[in-house]
Amino acid sequence: MTRRIRRLQQNGFFLAMPTIAWLFIFFVLPLLIVLVVSFMSRGRGGVAIMPLTLQHYERTFGVFFIILRRSIGLAGLTTIICLLVGYPLAFFISTRRRRLVQQITLFLVILPFWTNFLIRTYAWRILLGEQGTINGLLLSLGMINEPLSMLNTQFAVLVGLVYGFLPFLVLPIFASVERFNFRYVDAAQDLGANDARAFLRVVLPLTMPGVLAGCALVFIPSVGAFVTPDLLGGTKGLMIGNLINKQFGGSGNMPLGSALSIVMMAVVMLSLLIYVMAHRRERGA
Amino acid sequence: MLINEGAMQRNRRIRRLGQVGLRLNPIFAYFFLWAPILVLVLFSFNSSRSVASFTGFTLKWYGNILNNMMGAESAFSTELMLNAFRNSLFVGTVATAISTVLGTMIALAMARGRFPGKGLIDGLLFLPVVIPEITQAISLAIFFKVAFDWFALMSGERVFPGFHTIIAAHVTFNISYVAIVVRARLANMNPRLEEAANDLGANPWRAFWRVTFPLILPGVISGALLAFTLSLDDFVITFFTSGVGTTTLPVFVYGLLKLTVTPEVNAISTIMMVLSTLLIGISLALQGRSASRL
Repeated sequence: MTRRIRRLQQNGFFLAMPTIAWLFIFFVLPLLIVLVVSFMSRGRGGVAIMPLTLQHYERTFGVFFIILRRSIGLAGLTTIICLLVGYPLAFFISTRRRRLVQQITLFLVILPFWTNFLIRTYAWRILLGEQGTINGLLLSLGMINEPLSMLNTQFAVLVGLVYGFLPFLVLPIFASVERFNFRYVDAAQDLGANDARAFLRVVLPLTMPGVLAGCALVFIPSVGAFVTPDLLGGTKGLMIGNLINKQFGGSGNMPLGSALSIVMMAVVMLSLLIYVMAHRRERGA
Repeated sequence: MLINEGAMQRNRRIRRLGQVGLRLNPIFAYFFLWAPILVLVLFSFNSSRSVASFTGFTLKWYGNILNNMMGAESAFSTELMLNAFRNSLFVGTVATAISTVLGTMIALAMARGRFPGKGLIDGLLFLPVVIPEITQAISLAIFFKVAFDWFALMSGERVFPGFHTIIAAHVTFNISYVAIVVRARLANMNPRLEEAANDLGANPWRAFWRVTFPLILPGVISGALLAFTLSLDDFVITFFTSGVGTTTLPVFVYGLLKLTVTPEVNAISTIMMVLSTLLIGISLALQGRSASRL
């Protein structure tokens, strides 16, 4: 009997083998190659050749540092804005008394999300353009005399990122607010806490797991964004994702592109680490 | 009991501010989420080419798409678009089939097997979901280039990127999603049922097909539908792994969107929006049905 159970468990490992092999070949190995290439020199046509060098990392933290900083800054700002808009929205949805109203309000957040990301981003080109809808509206109302230039700026990228990733933040917060027992607020107030204090000491800590997960889910794809700055940012709103993309075109530089993505990965890993540590502390507390 | 009048007043002010904020926030948020989509749809029916003001209703931009009349200099032709759509369906179908099998296998192994290194495998399954698409895209692009260069050196034959590279890339990011969905299903399943089948003399193979598989089938179907949707929707990773003549629909649409805003592009976007909403709606309805049957 025990032998049969042992055999089944070993079967479990054999069952996992093909998938592990696939992920090793098409996921782990490519990342390792990127790591190696990032230390190689640039050959003709942008390919990687020997000898090994650190110059791409020097450039990443040298001339390209401004773009790295901009990407992290825009991603951070996106997360903060999503939090300011999304947290109250999640509260609004989860406090609807009727089940149907709750489902509809939640559905209205998710539905725009079903549209292809490219098209959702393109919609902002219509709105923000020089001859776009917002300028048309403001001009006809006489609120401005000449069109505002909003497209191809960092502002446009910020709007696009918030638009693209807002549901990522609303859904996990909704899940944790839904579990929240509002009697705790009554208890805090009975014990003499004012509204601000009740929120900061009771509501916020108890919904923190959702807040943390939502922030990670918004920050990480924002740092690595490529489509949003590509369609809305122009040269002024260039982010690290675009810079990486450029290294794989005609006059590219593959080792530089690799170094840039390794640095971006490091930023992502660091934010994941912060998330995991904060999450553990929350659970421990 | 002494009550501080000033503090009470401040608390009332904060409360009023909070109430006004909580009323305004959903209005603003829903407007923000829906305005771009509604504007896009509206201007796909605008009789002038402007997106600044609505001048009247027309269907001519939709007609132009179907009749291949977008100007000679345009990269668009109805045939190219349909071809890209066919490519998308092909890639999606094959990638879904492979990733559903691989994802289900690892989900079963993780739920039922007992072997060392499970934490590591968990990490391996988790990473493709969280790392930015662009990183995965360029790592695959470099990997295929290195692999094909090496192959050419060994065999003297050149291989180019195409359907095989796109499918391999899609399978890689789909496996994790399938595994997550199937594992969730397995977690809700009673393992005693398999043990009972074994005790009644079924071998593991038979126990799996007669007991486990029918029970996890709804999970497998949802996983497959998710994989298919992700595959049809993917742009970044496909963009970096596709070759000549294997353009998928998102890559084709990106080529159009990069250019200027035209009413025809608005019309194509509207069609795509309706199609994907229908597709996801149908798949959710199917999932709901298969879930309620159990």
